[in-house]
Amino acid sequence: MGKLYDRLNQDIRFIEGLNGCLNCGVCTAICPAAEFYHYDPRVICATVQSKDEKMIEALIRSETIWYCGECMSCKTRCPRNNTPGFVIMALRKLSQELGYFTDSEKGRQQFAIKRAIGGNILRTGYCVNPDIVSPQMHPEQGPVWDWISMNTPEIMKKMGSNYKQAGVGGMRAIAPEVLEELDRIFEVTGCYTLFDTIEKHSKHKANELGIEISDEGIGNEYFMTVYTENNGSHNG
Amino acid sequence: METEGKKRVWEEYQKEIADDHYFYVRSCIRQTFFPGSETTFLKILQNDLKKDVFEDARHTTCTGIGYHTDIVPLETTMTVIARHFALMTEAGYVNIIPSCVTSFGLYTEVLDTWRHFPEIEAKIREYLWKATKREFKVPENLVHTSDIIYKFRNRIKDLSKVSLINKKTGLPLNVVEHIGCHYSKMFPQSGVGGAEFPAVLTGMIEAWGGTVIDYPERRHCCGFGFRQYLVKANRGYSVSNSKKKFESMQPYQPDFMVANCPGCSMFLDRWQYTIAEMEGITYDSNGTGIPVLTYEEMAGLVMGYSPWDIGLQMHQVSVEPLLDKLGIEYKKEDKYLGSNGQNIGEPQKPMFLIV
Ligand code: SF4
Ligand code: SF4
Repeated sequence: MGKLYDRLNQDIRFIEGLNGCLNCGVCTAICPAAEFYHYDPRVICATVQSKDEKMIEALIRSETIWYCGECMSCKTRCPRNNTPGFVIMALRKLSQELGYFTDSEKGRQQFAIKRAIGGNILRTGYCVNPDIVSPQMHPEQGPVWDWISMNTPEIMKKMGSNYKQAGVGGMRAIAPEVLEELDRIFEVTGCYTLFDTIEKHSKHKANELGIEISDEGIGNEYFMTVYTENNGSHNG
Repeated sequence: METEGKKRVWEEYQKEIADDHYFYVRSCIRQTFFPGSETTFLKILQNDLKKDVFEDARHTTCTGIGYHTDIVPLETTMTVIARHFALMTEAGYVNIIPSCVTSFGLYTEVLDTWRHFPEIEAKIREYLWKATKREFKVPENLVHTSDIIYKFRNRIKDLSKVSLINKKTGLPLNVVEHIGCHYSKMFPQSGVGGAEFPAVLTGMIEAWGGTVIDYPERRHCCGFGFRQYLVKANRGYSVSNSKKKFESMQPYQPDFMVANCPGCSMFLDRWQYTIAEMEGITYDSNGTGIPVLTYEEMAGLVMGYSPWDIGLQMHQVSVEPLLDKLGIEYKKEDKYLGSNGQNIGEPQKPMFLIV
């Protein structure tokens, strides 16, 4: 398996993101996640830099690494040109590869993201499109979004979009041969390996917890559980 | 002395923005929530400024939201972006303009990584060839679409029908500008004005007659946070960050906000509704909230486009108080009509937020 630190050190974002942290805490001062979660990017950098395998393992099994918003505000301010947000990305990747992400409530959410966003990219060629922003799942979108959802083709037409049609334009249908190219890119570059790993460990966790999980889609109990569960211990 | 210093910093961050012939790549979020903005951008560029903008129907998401939610590996995202470079090369273009700030940040990151690690670029070329049999040249000029509007701000001013001035008082409107974090926080040199003094939106606002509000949380993230919004259990993070900004800007009484990032403009609009419904609070004095525009919508209004043609009815916070200040004529009864003027119903009224 190799040492955790060595594996992190193979990730280009880790190499670029950590050039010797002097523990000044400037990143923590500017970090939006540090403001609203039990989260401190300075401590993350210190832990990783210690090369203490036990501490790194505890970190990638914890809730902590999932609090970052990847805004990269930390990059602008760090006097050493570190990017704790990039370090987080490397930690999250490793946590998923090793299946440790299912140990934490926030980590388990990767399953919901993989099914919703990952599935949508491959099905439609878009990360996000109106079909996946259902008013039931997104009450914060308000009544204007309800109205848009009920009239999407007409409103898209009025806005000059080419909604679900062939050719150029906004929200056009992306051709099957293009989706095949995306599919091959996902295959060749290892995205499906990561997807399979997320699936495998999530299914294992769902079985362990006795929660129903399906082979695909978002209509299953495990999806709704990880998508909505919040034990209230993450802040406050 | 101080001005001199600022000028020096400023000079470091003047970036090159190509003058014409752009390969355009769209934003998933923009197309979903404020699709009229991309249409308006293209109308201004192609019809008003007579620029050549090319779109290839075969471009896709850059996978940016998948990448920043950590379900899509860097190699995959790089290869998808490389495919866009290939489409650009095949079409004979060298200037690429992503409409999305997340995409722009990622394209910038990819090119920066390839400059430092040519072996990674070589590997991505192999992946792309293996998966699609495509090849590419790296773009000569990569800028965000807001940079293009910034570049032509004075041309737009010459063609403008509306100024960012309160018609009744004759005073400049007070504007909050919000720059998407990934525009220049990761690579300050890639943004006009860098990360400290981003000028991309202030340049437009000032050229068109408005004044820019400097407030304490001006550079704070809107709170999208990718997984922090997409997963329902995490949305408290997202709304809390926007709330922090609203509270900080409130004393300066903004007439409107404008953002250059597709996500930010949507969140700054929707979270005002959410906070109003949850807590009975708005950040203006009339209970209608602070209108939020995209920079394309702001440019469209300045150019005299109809508010309902550019899509302002898709905002949850009503824009009418702003249109009234600008002296723009509109028909309230036309706001929610379909493309042929037919009735397609209207959104329900929120409980608290006045619309
Ligand atoms: S700002 Fe940079 S040097 Fe300071 S604690 Fe954060 S990562 Fe370390
Ligand atoms: S990228 Fe993450 S660690 Fe850095 S400032 Fe943003 S939330 Fe904090």
